[in-house]
Amino acid sequence: MAYPPAAHSSPPRQPSVKVILAAADVSRVVDRIAHQILEKTQGAADTVLLGIPTRGVPLAKRLAARISTFEDVTVPVGVLDITLYRDDLRRHATRAVGPTDLPPGGIDGKRVVLVDDVLFSGRTVRAALDALSDVGRPASVQLAVLVDRGHRQLPIRADYVGKNIPTALAENVKVTLAETDGTDEVRLFGGAHS
Amino acid sequence: MIRHLLSGADLDADTATLVLDTAAEMATVAGREVKKLPALRGRTVVNLFYEDSTRTRISFEAAAKRLSADVINFSAKGSSVAKGESLKDTALTLQAMGADAVVVRHPASGAPHRLADWVDGSVVNAGDGTHEHPTQALLDAYTMRSRLGRLAGLHVAIVGDVLHSRVARSNVLLLSTLGAKVTLVGPPTLIPRDISPALAPGTDVSYDLDTVLPGVDVVMMLRVQRERMSDSYFPSAREYARRYGLDGPRMRRLPEHAIVMHPGPMNRGMEITPEVADSSRSTIVEQVANGVSVRMAVLYLLLGGNNR
Repeated sequence: MAYPPAAHSSPPRQPSVKVILAAADVSRVVDRIAHQILEKTQGAADTVLLGIPTRGVPLAKRLAARISTFEDVTVPVGVLDITLYRDDLRRHATRAVGPTDLPPGGIDGKRVVLVDDVLFSGRTVRAALDALSDVGRPASVQLAVLVDRGHRQLPIRADYVGKNIPTALAENVKVTLAETDGTDEVRLFGGAHS
Repeated sequence: MIRHLLSGADLDADTATLVLDTAAEMATVAGREVKKLPALRGRTVVNLFYEDSTRTRISFEAAAKRLSADVINFSAKGSSVAKGESLKDTALTLQAMGADAVVVRHPASGAPHRLADWVDGSVVNAGDGTHEHPTQALLDAYTMRSRLGRLAGLHVAIVGDVLHSRVARSNVLLLSTLGAKVTLVGPPTLIPRDISPALAPGTDVSYDLDTVLPGVDVVMMLRVQRERMSDSYFPSAREYARRYGLDGPRMRRLPEHAIVMHPGPMNRGMEITPEVADSSRSTIVEQVANGVSVRMAVLYLLLGGNNR
């Protein structure tokens, strides 16, 4: 069996990396959220999934695909770009604006489920709520995230959580998905021990 | 991102494409119920206009307001400029008011470049003398791209008073950056003699409109500036219209897909006939709408982040 060269030459201080969810876990978690959405929305009628770029978009598409497998309903999927609504625009070099793409039926009067990969400070979701109110008036808004890592800075919570990961502020949670990064994985970087 | 937008040559191909892509996203705001984005909340944009202009000033004003910036309009008429205040003193006044961006139109070529040395904010050239008008070139490029799907490899004829046209100059610079080929067409008296191939690769000159038309994707008609007519650049308005005006029969020599552009304001019957201006090939009204989107993109990219 061949080992990658890195396994032989271990550097003195490697930042610790822990795999929290492997590919099979990610797909189980997505299945569970899809079931929960169906349960909580009584069969996903009048429901629209809006992914927040980057990784919320493939997650929303996967959820819609799983929902249609489980119950044979088609849930419209869209993209909600929040760049121009961020509260930290001036702290960074100008950010590129991405497309916002609402499903043809729109979102007025619908139940909108916002989908993102990681819930952390809550600021992204705050921006998404502002963006949402400028593009329509949904009947209600829910939030689905793959990972909740805590440390909220705003009074925001998720309706559907794939995995709660207690973290230290110094740690970093990284989600990779097959569509955007090649593999499905959730990893925890940094932390006290190495 | 660059700090000022003074010339069509300030943008490399990547930055120009970023502006056009951002403009495409800004355009979707025009179709929404709430035509407003919060990105420039608390920023101040001053429109400093030393020359009469309706569409450019209104376009910049609409763009800044849609991005939630505060807009101060300053026109030379009825201001202390009429009392003899210099450009520099006006600039220092604007500076003291905390202008984050100054959009300037000035009859003197190069005035925006001087202004950029005097203020801390971003300067956007909205037309200086016979020199440049970069946001017009961007909106023209945006219009071509949205109508024809690409810019690289397009053949664009710019027809008329190229010598005095800031629109033409900025377009030549930007279009050559983006890989389009430009042919300048007009009477020899109105074509500059010093077009450097190094500055605008792929640009050539023709004095005969009819031979150029069958091979172009875009024909951009320039306004004949009435103040030039007495300067004997051409014998008479009728002769000019006969040789370089775009009328119905000439339009039908264009390839099927070709579009007709005009930066406005038009002299109907002079450089363009009503039949052409109101035809389905004409993008003249589209250009105005695209102008707001492109200027939103420029203001956002200059002011939206921390680019200092």
